Amino acid sequence: MISTENNTIKNILASNGLDGDIGLWQRRLDQITKADVKRALDSVPGTYNINKLLALISPAAESYLEQMAQMSQSLTIQRFGRTMKLYAPLYLSSYCSNSCLYCGFNTQNKTERKRLTISQAIEEAKLLAEYGFSDVLLVSSEDKNFITVDYLTELAKKLKPMFSSISVEIYQMTEDEYKKLFCAGIEGVTLYQETYNRDAYRLYHRSGSKADFDNRLQSPDNFAAAGMREIGIGVLLGLADWRLETLALARHGHYLMKKYWKSRISFSFPRLRPASQVESSNFEHLIDTKSLTQMIIALRLCFADASLVLSTREPADIRNNLIKLGITKISAGSKTNPGGYADDKISIKQFQVNDNRSPAQIAQMIRTKGMEPVFKDWDKAFTKTD
Amino acid sequence: MEKLCIADRQFDSRLLVGTGKFASNQIMSQAIEAAGSEIVTVALRRVDIENPDDDMLAHIDRDKYLLLPNTSGARDADEAVRLSKLARAATGIKWVKLEVTPDPYYLLPDPIETLKAAEILVNEGFIVLPYINADPILAKKLEDVGTATVMPLASPIGSNQGLKTRAALEIIIEQANVPVVVDAGLGLPSHAAEAMEIGADAVLVNTAIAIAAEPVQMAIAFKKAVQAGRLAYLAGAAAQSKQANASSPLTGFLRND
Repeated sequence: MISTENNTIKNILASNGLDGDIGLWQRRLDQITKADVKRALDSVPGTYNINKLLALISPAAESYLEQMAQMSQSLTIQRFGRTMKLYAPLYLSSYCSNSCLYCGFNTQNKTERKRLTISQAIEEAKLLAEYGFSDVLLVSSEDKNFITVDYLTELAKKLKPMFSSISVEIYQMTEDEYKKLFCAGIEGVTLYQETYNRDAYRLYHRSGSKADFDNRLQSPDNFAAAGMREIGIGVLLGLADWRLETLALARHGHYLMKKYWKSRISFSFPRLRPASQVESSNFEHLIDTKSLTQMIIALRLCFADASLVLSTREPADIRNNLIKLGITKISAGSKTNPGGYADDKISIKQFQVNDNRSPAQIAQMIRTKGMEPVFKDWDKAFTKTD
Repeated sequence: MEKLCIADRQFDSRLLVGTGKFASNQIMSQAIEAAGSEIVTVALRRVDIENPDDDMLAHIDRDKYLLLPNTSGARDADEAVRLSKLARAATGIKWVKLEVTPDPYYLLPDPIETLKAAEILVNEGFIVLPYINADPILAKKLEDVGTATVMPLASPIGSNQGLKTRAALEIIIEQANVPVVVDAGLGLPSHAAEAMEIGADAVLVNTAIAIAAEPVQMAIAFKKAVQAGRLAYLAGAAAQSKQANASSPLTGFLRND
């Protein structure tokens, strides 16, 4: 058997200088010419190689943004149709043992926190189901003693009659723990590396188990190996140079796609938002909308079938425009505090939502763009539960 | 023209259509009507099959069209069988378009799991229309376990590349005792016509109609292409040849006898 020991994502990123050798990639980016960009645009749309992506995210590609956007739109329509999937997050807890400087749930923040009992979570879920959601994302901070594997499996089994798809965005688990979630009907996991730059990672993750970069990096392997159908990865934009983050994120995604070939990759690109005791102006790598757009389009032109997700961190006008350019899934009417759907006033939020339109308003906006809002694109019958 | 016969049903139309990727359910409904189709496939993952008010299902007139549920998204035989049974329990429909596609990107069908699921479903009384790669041996094996058709792909689904598998499709058509429905990858009416010209019994089209700028017009174009291709097949198209055949260099001397 061929040894795959050296093919871990840790080694792949390190050997390519993608976990922090800013100088190397900065030089290469600066050397990209318009001819390189044109060559990248002439390649088969939707296929990945790192040099192509490098060209598409380069400063030289900025003058091709309109052409790239049109290619991205047409490729997305071909692969996903004139549709837009909708999901909603359900926050379970804001108690956290980590200290991440960009997050409202930072354990250092002296503020009121909340965690939902299973029956409280079900009450929130019922509201989401009434809005028409069929795809729910369970979100929790690292509150391991309360949001346990047993809590999540029990909740998932109770939610299953209400939703066709249940996924989680929670703290890192072992492969065995992820398997238990999968067997309870949870079919997707989203877990962001936040930043692929080791120095920046160390700077922003001060304590708690999340402070271990390599452990974090290994997690998508763990949940993909556990059988999860949807593998969500992403970077929090604002912590390090977006271009280098995009290169590392794409390389990670490509690695996961080839290794866990039965699962679908989704990419997210949240921009840092103000939160309780978090001033976004303190972050030097915040990116403008033009760069965010270039990132989204470049990823689409390298990954024809990846799900590209946009949350309510982005304001309404930007979301209205970006959903035409390659995005395939968006959240709507989100509350980022546990219990927020029943009572928005209670407890702190993970971040301030930037698009406060209701799910019905979002669905209507999607229709006016000539697309069908899709609430259901999965079936609970796929996942066999114990 | 003679009818298309699948299992115990007869159809005038040889154009099956899919329901995904449309900009709205109204447009989908108009396109189906324009295509003149009688068999309409829906992904069970996309609809709430137990809910009579499901918006997509409400736009498909069950008196007019045979609703053909498909198992798109199923990763293995178990999932496909489970999904099929739930759909039958909810609707009474025993027809199923069997799709077992473990890879979520190209959605290529798994031959081993498809055969396994087909055998189980046939034994459970389903009318099974399996989506397969253009593999002649697999087509025969599926026929042997009792599927109602075989549905080989022309090229990867949604790719609009046309008949990339033509050589294998010709063998399948030549050998089949069940209707051959060419499915997936037909991007233009001319592709559909080509499939019909080589003797396919029917074709299934979705993406090319759904994402056209004018889906209804495109549906009409496919309808006509399928009819033209079928007519050409029945009319006995002249064989193509690379050489000119005007003279008989080897047997010309016999004329002198």
